[in-house]
Amino acid sequence: MTAPVLTEEITMRTRFVETVTALLADEPATVLVLADISAYLFTEQAQRHPDRVLNVGIRESLMVSLGGGLALTGLRPIIHTYVPFLVERSFEQIKLDLTHQGVPAVLVSVGASYDWTEGGRTHQSPGDVALLDSLPDWTVHVPGHPDEVPPLLRAAVRSDDSVYLRLSNRSNAAPRPAALDGRLDVVRRGGRALVLAVGPMLDPVLAATAGLDVTVAYTNTVRPLDLIGLRDLAAADTVVLVEPYLAGTSIRLIDEALSDRPHRTLALGVGRAEQRRYGTPEQHDVLHGLDAAGLRRSILEFLTLEKTHTKGPVQ
Amino acid sequence: MSTMTEPNRIGVADLYRYEDLRALMTRMTGDEKHASSATSTLDVLWVLYDRILRVTPSTIDDPDRDRFLLSKGHGPMAYYAVLAATGFIPVEWLGTFGQLDSPLGYHPDRMLVPGVEISSGSLGHGLPIAVGVAVGQHTQRCRGRSYILVGDAELDEGTNHEAIAYAGATGLQGLTAVVVDNQSVTHGWPGGIAAQFSVNGWSTATVDGRDHEALEAALTTLLPGRPHVVVAVVEPKE
Repeated sequence: MTAPVLTEEITMRTRFVETVTALLADEPATVLVLADISAYLFTEQAQRHPDRVLNVGIRESLMVSLGGGLALTGLRPIIHTYVPFLVERSFEQIKLDLTHQGVPAVLVSVGASYDWTEGGRTHQSPGDVALLDSLPDWTVHVPGHPDEVPPLLRAAVRSDDSVYLRLSNRSNAAPRPAALDGRLDVVRRGGRALVLAVGPMLDPVLAATAGLDVTVAYTNTVRPLDLIGLRDLAAADTVVLVEPYLAGTSIRLIDEALSDRPHRTLALGVGRAEQRRYGTPEQHDVLHGLDAAGLRRSILEFLTLEKTHTKGPVQ
Repeated sequence: MSTMTEPNRIGVADLYRYEDLRALMTRMTGDEKHASSATSTLDVLWVLYDRILRVTPSTIDDPDRDRFLLSKGHGPMAYYAVLAATGFIPVEWLGTFGQLDSPLGYHPDRMLVPGVEISSGSLGHGLPIAVGVAVGQHTQRCRGRSYILVGDAELDEGTNHEAIAYAGATGLQGLTAVVVDNQSVTHGWPGGIAAQFSVNGWSTATVDGRDHEALEAALTTLLPGRPHVVVAVVEPKE
């Protein structure tokens, strides 16, 4: 199990490290639990807080269970590693040693769906949000910019909730401070549809919908999803959902929000098929139709179908 | 507080004795003769609650309490009987075992039963959680220890070995594991169960799991800087 070494640029991971460092100083109940990944970024903190920065080695199941034990004694664990090992390998530990015990924790992953395309399938986890979605009462944040990470993480640690922060190397050009309260953040208004962009999908969505008469909204909080805002913004009862993980993960919530009226939905995201390809994340965006051109094709086709649909069958 | 300095039997000793436990179990199981597998944990549980654990029904939320975690949640009748005998749960609950509105299921749920520290049932979760509890007690300078009971077959689960290695490597001295060995493991443990722990730096003791004096001595003979394991050998599972 390995992961790529990061550069010194500002990333969601460096913002995560800064914020945890501050929380260790300010919040005595905070305990960071690691499984080797990112441990080199916390060397100084581990010396300063030897009882509150714990690296269990390459033992991801133990990492989560140990976090559950800490929470049972009243501490506030932040549990962090690469996403497939945090959410998928350790899923039963999340289900039983956190949720079933009735104790909360903050999970923070890096790697996202395919941040490390050269690393292949073993380091890709497009199904993480869908998997967590099978459990009750998890808050899920998918920040779209490094500067959205500190406020989301601070609020998460200071709450008593079970919170998952899904960090990525992919980022929008600018943060969206208005989205930090969990409500849908309207970026652009239009009449034919609502296009809801999650996290790092906002910039590709804005490029894809240039010149189209659609509302574009942004969120970095997908659980709980702002269903009231969604009802208000669902122009023409037509919604395009663009998520940077498994396509369709949140579609059931869109249907729930609009269950009292006829509506049309299109769910875009990462496909199920294994790609067995390497290359760059940008190249995988194209493979999944999540680049601006691919998104525009899918959205235009969907809106054209709508036009055909509303006029009835062509004679 | 004085209650934390004495084992939990203070105050309920007049109510129930060890000899009453099988009758209490019968409230859950009817008149069937109890197979040894159903009672393999009975003596260990009794000795823990009668002589070792610094926790009482009135201190189940005290941060300084000892915490007993039952990992082997399957077949919890002996556990419930001991909890009833020591005053943590009403004896009347035993007759509701497994019913829709009963707090007592075939695997214990900490959210439903006072004094139950973890919900268990899926094997291989208790020991890793107990490591976290013991670390949490140490981090907060709590006075209590963590005790975790696992079965010998349960040790098959690899998660235990992550926990055994980490606890040993970090010298987690606030943790005591009890392995009830009824020789039910499928492939056995070369060198014995205790060796799986000692090679990782644990102090170990292997005793007759029906001998209360031996269990008490093994549970109270600790080495500083090491987690401790007591292998309690009982008759083989039938």
